[in-house]
Amino acid sequence: MQISLQVNGERVDAQVLPRMNLADFLREQLHLTGTHVGCEHGVCGACTVRVDGEIVRACLMLAVQAHGASVQTIEGLSDSGEVADLQAAFRDRNALQCGYCTPGMLMAAQDLLTQKVEASREDIREHLSGNYCRCTGYQAIIDAVEATARHRKGLRP
Amino acid sequence: MTGAQKPDGLSALDRPNSYIGKTVPRPNLERLMQGRGQYVSDMELPRMAHVVFLRSPHAHARIVGIGADAAKQMPGVIAIVAGNELATVITPWVGVLSHLKGLKSAPQHAIAIDRVCWQGEAVAAIVATSRALAEDAAEAVRVDYEALEAVTDMRTALEPQTPIIHQALGDNLAFERIHDAGAVDQAFADADEVVEADFIFGRHTGVTLEPRAVVADWNAAEERLTIYQGTQAPHMVQNIAALHLGLEERQVRVVCKDVGGSFGIKVHIYADEMATYALSKMLRRPVKFVADRVESFNTDIHARDHRCKGRIGVKRDGAITAFEIDDLTGIGPYSMYPRTSAIEANQVVNFVGGPYVTKSYRARARVVFQNKNVMCQYRAVGHPIACSVTEGLVDLAAMKIGMDPVEIRRRNLIADDAYPCGSPSGLRFEKLSHHASLAKLMQMMDYDRLRAEQAELRKQNIHRGIGIASFIEVTNPSAAFYGVGGAKISSQDGVAVRLDAQGSVICQTSITEQGQGSESLTAQIVGSVLGVPMGRVRVILGDTDNTPYGGGTWASRGAGIGGEAALQAAKVLRKNILDVAAAILQSTSAEFDIVDGIVVNSSDGTPRIELKELARIVYFRPDTLPPGIQPELMATRHYVPREYPFAFTNGVQASWLEVDTDTGFIKLLKHWVVEDCGTIINPQLVDEQIRGGVVQGLGAALFEKCIYDERGQLTNANMADYLVPMSGEMPDIDVGHVVSPTTESELGAKGAGEAGTAGAAAAVANAVNDALQPFGAVITEIPLTPQLVLTALGKI
Repeated sequence: MQISLQVNGERVDAQVLPRMNLADFLREQLHLTGTHVGCEHGVCGACTVRVDGEIVRACLMLAVQAHGASVQTIEGLSDSGEVADLQAAFRDRNALQCGYCTPGMLMAAQDLLTQKVEASREDIREHLSGNYCRCTGYQAIIDAVEATARHRKGLRP
Repeated sequence: MTGAQKPDGLSALDRPNSYIGKTVPRPNLERLMQGRGQYVSDMELPRMAHVVFLRSPHAHARIVGIGADAAKQMPGVIAIVAGNELATVITPWVGVLSHLKGLKSAPQHAIAIDRVCWQGEAVAAIVATSRALAEDAAEAVRVDYEALEAVTDMRTALEPQTPIIHQALGDNLAFERIHDAGAVDQAFADADEVVEADFIFGRHTGVTLEPRAVVADWNAAEERLTIYQGTQAPHMVQNIAALHLGLEERQVRVVCKDVGGSFGIKVHIYADEMATYALSKMLRRPVKFVADRVESFNTDIHARDHRCKGRIGVKRDGAITAFEIDDLTGIGPYSMYPRTSAIEANQVVNFVGGPYVTKSYRARARVVFQNKNVMCQYRAVGHPIACSVTEGLVDLAAMKIGMDPVEIRRRNLIADDAYPCGSPSGLRFEKLSHHASLAKLMQMMDYDRLRAEQAELRKQNIHRGIGIASFIEVTNPSAAFYGVGGAKISSQDGVAVRLDAQGSVICQTSITEQGQGSESLTAQIVGSVLGVPMGRVRVILGDTDNTPYGGGTWASRGAGIGGEAALQAAKVLRKNILDVAAAILQSTSAEFDIVDGIVVNSSDGTPRIELKELARIVYFRPDTLPPGIQPELMATRHYVPREYPFAFTNGVQASWLEVDTDTGFIKLLKHWVVEDCGTIINPQLVDEQIRGGVVQGLGAALFEKCIYDERGQLTNANMADYLVPMSGEMPDIDVGHVVSPTTESELGAKGAGEAGTAGAAAAVANAVNDALQPFGAVITEIPLTPQLVLTALGKI
């Protein structure tokens, strides 16, 4: 099927099989390999991307469902600088080890911080509880998101 | 927080601007955060094909026939290969090592021939132009099986009426070890109380977020195989692949870039990986295999399926007189290759009673075959079993004589000034710090206040518990681990450092990176010794063509062994640089130091020549150097510990939790760890190793279990049904340190990768039993599910 969509602000026209999911489409056809595949059944959160402003599990959405949509991946968020402060906090706090969950974590964390900049530690733990990380034990991630929340709050007028 | 103090003054690490003991960000984080890492699952090569393995739905069955004619005609299919055909390319293996006396196993093939021995064993490889097309074709492959009786319960595996899985082996006993020392019967007779318990552990697995992945690329023109694999031990993979494909090691290159989690899961060589290497050679093109999540659960090694009967003797004054264990573990149908599946049970025997003074210890460990997925070494091999049994018994003994759990430990832990000394099982300890660690823990957790809070809350029917677990951890393994048994797994590591033509440093190391911080610690050490900013040190790892030969990263060896090699190599390069500087500046090298990339006068710090300028002269104008000088701006050193077979470390953990006695749910409130890994290179990285390790142990304590039914079917092989720790349920973890460097190396670093996992489950189990004390309920099984708690409380 022919689909047309925006990916990280660029127009993409592509031919896809109806069964292809969005994660595979991004990775295999667009070579945007920052979107990772961990479980392929919507549990681990590694494939989290943003579609029309909402975070979704790219393994649970078909590529054809993204027709006409605007998709943002970690590559887009990095290049636009939107999550630069969050990434800096992750770096300072060593909030990643193998890094495989990190793109999805950043997506989910940014989603929370855009909805609720006053997020508490509990809010952060709750919001990220659909993103599996085997390396860190989560505390460093929670710390980094919390530090970013405080920082952003301070920057607000 | 410095390295071993040298009597002759400053060590190479004690220099101004040293990075040792400092928290600095890892150099490789940016690419991972921006989605610009290079994991094997991201890789694509020209003409690359994808392999899917058709796997047995039976735990034990004879393969009657495989019909692939229809499947071979399907779109995109390149080849469908069964076990006997693949066996013409790759030879089978047997997972035994000679130092594990009596260990036996049967030949294992890359793809099953005639018989499958666990649910998930591959029976055919389907190679196609895409994974999806290969999966389509796999559905059209018909396999006729004749089901055989499956051996699933390890408790009956050795009984005469149980079928023998491998007839040629005579029985289902893979390995047995017996240890008996220190007049155990007399020691138990001397005890005032003897307490016994059966400790049961849930079989669980690593659940790396990136599944196992490999791209094998046989270049028929070069007669060379390049293997891109997320592995912890590239040189081991090189050796094994060459051995079984009939190649020499020089014909195999193993490249390992970013790895999405390892934890010991990726330190082994799996049958499907061997099959992928062989398929590439057979089909003369690159072949990619990436396990899906169901395959990961069915084929990534499992671990910790143990039932261990434990016994402890104690006097009324708290003195422990003896330990005794009888451990039984089921490892699946084969001993894993090449590290074997006997190490875990062996470590359990080694470590039980390890922190304590008593030398009276009897142990039996039996390792049996069964028709389930293979078990092998996973993070903190054997440690959590030994720690849970030991610390569970110590708490039960304390309960029996009415002593505080901290007090009984104080009375029995080996004194901090008693080293060097040995353990009940004959391990050698260079320097441990159990008492200092326990004292620090008490202070961090404010033990007395917590006890008071616990008592207060009990009046309100709120049941909180405190659990303590002391532990020992094996790190920096020498050849005693594998090499002496005949495994071609290097225990030494090598590092090469060189100055480039602009005065930056390139460093090649044989240790590997899966997120622990190998790259960072290497750059920190090299930068510190050379006097070069870390940002100008580039570290290359994970490539057998481009690094010295070495073991890789496993068993907490990267910092202690690879770090020391980096230190020694950098010292040589530093000397070589200063010799050149002395020649250029017509002085002696003793007059100079290197600070911030500049050769300076050691007396007053006056800059004399930048490394950039020195490198320019050496590489482009050597004609201007004095006659006879042949500068050597590259140095290589290797290191392996020789004095102690292992550098033991120690620590202690505590858990504070609440048990809901109506629902059986356990809420983790706080966790503390004090550990002693010797010299700390990067405090933040050490703390994060500990925290991550703790949470892996907490997963085992509360959630994780591979649930098999009586037919050997894994019933929860997905992430929705196999529960892992998520952020919502995990507590904050405070980490503290005691620092006892090993004097065997100049760096003084020991490992820290196992510590968290080693003691976490024991601390939680002890805390639950502490909380349930008013009910007289004791649980010695993990995972501590609500069902288990309510059963112990007599509510269901």
